[in-house]
Amino acid sequence: MLRLVDGPIDVRELERAVAHPGAGAVLCFQGTTRDSFEGKGVLHLEYEAFAPMALAELERIAAEARARFPGSRLAVAHRVGRVEVGEASVVIAVSAPHRDEAYQASRFAIDALKARVPIWKKEWYADGSQWKANAESRGGDG
Amino acid sequence: MRETDPVDGVLLPAGEAGGVPIRLLLFAGLRERRGTGEEWLLVRPGTTPRALYAQLFPDRGEGRIPVLFAVDQQWTDGAAPLREGQELALIPPLGGG
Repeated sequence: MLRLVDGPIDVRELERAVAHPGAGAVLCFQGTTRDSFEGKGVLHLEYEAFAPMALAELERIAAEARARFPGSRLAVAHRVGRVEVGEASVVIAVSAPHRDEAYQASRFAIDALKARVPIWKKEWYADGSQWKANAESRGGDG
Repeated sequence: MRETDPVDGVLLPAGEAGGVPIRLLLFAGLRERRGTGEEWLLVRPGTTPRALYAQLFPDRGEGRIPVLFAVDQQWTDGAAPLREGQELALIPPLGGG
């Protein structure tokens, strides 16, 4: 299950999507919205996606995770639109035969997402707003 | 178009013969800077994504944004000329997660 969601993410639904009898671990990562950036108050966030490519890239990441961590399953939901402070902007549910693969697959998925999936984040402050790039983002040479 | 001069004369006036129609998608700061996220443009034959990006978003002194290119939703290095009807997405640095 890979989706872009304009509204709160149903965490339990993602966990159910990856749970299966062969799994020895189900792990759920939630990336949540911080209320500050370098001491500056963040009021809320806004996410934008190139939806067809974002979903295709998530599918590639899921396939790579399955290949690296046999027996693992991955479900990802990412918000688009306005996200309030404290809400989850991304949820990654992973299941695997053993906990070690589950932790590794979860880490792999969030790192790959931040580097490769065409989604953008704008932080809104009391005195303006700014698009914020990930340090992990693939660099362009245009 | 001169290969070595990417900034000069990439866009054609509407109605001028010989232009290559392409669909341009912009996101985040690039979309805001241009004022639209989606448009059709007529470009000179031979125009590459790199050249079009340089033309549409000249360096205003704050440095170039290092974009990625996707043509018809496939990642590319932006060096191959655009063909009629193709969709070019200019992808600024990512912020998901």
